[in-house]
Amino acid sequence: MHCIDTDREGYLKDLSDWSADVAVQLAESESLTLTDNHWEVIHLIRDFYMKYKISPTMRVLVRQVRDKLGVEKGRSFHLLTLFPDNPLKRLSKIAGLPKPPNCD
Amino acid sequence: MKSFLIITRRSPYGTSYGKEALDAVLMASAFVPVSLLFLDDGVFQIKQHQDADCIEIKDYSPTFAVLEQYDVKNIYVSASSLQHRGLTEKDLVLDVEVISDARIANLLDTNAVVLSF
Repeated sequence: MHCIDTDREGYLKDLSDWSADVAVQLAESESLTLTDNHWEVIHLIRDFYMKYKISPTMRVLVRQVRDKLGVEKGRSFHLLTLFPDNPLKRLSKIAGLPKPPNCD
Repeated sequence: MKSFLIITRRSPYGTSYGKEALDAVLMASAFVPVSLLFLDDGVFQIKQHQDADCIEIKDYSPTFAVLEQYDVKNIYVSASSLQHRGLTEKDLVLDVEVISDARIANLLDTNAVVLSF
């Protein structure tokens, strides 16, 4: 396991350092084990960020998940189960994206 | 519910007004119906083929495409502002409605809150 360069809160300093292995390490630091359900959301939020150059709000993320992954998964509850406490923040961190705004 | 019209009228990068206007649209859209109008040099913000790397600033023109996800459907561009700058709809990164000055006057009349950046 090599060292990954993160800020004090655990977000990648250089977004281009991200890889699947890095995601696994970032998830471990959050005490999360990534499953297929996690990965599909990680890829979804990364695609969103690459396309629009901003992080979605929780509301917009839930809608994206609903549109792309189906109604069953397009609920706050599903995301809260995968990434407890603060889904947007934890998901952004593991997906190698900047800290979302308005998210303490 | 009060409707908002946000007018963005400066070119990108030189100041932060354009980016601030976009942030205002994204934020306000969570609460109220929002329309966005590109006016004067603001039209340059959605011009195609921007490259801000050499001035080490993020090109935020791709972000305008996200507005649909935020339920901002009314996006307008002034026809005269485009024309004065030698631009047409085809030069833009975004699907927008090109409107006359008379329509702009109407927008100013019909929206409860108008914010100009």
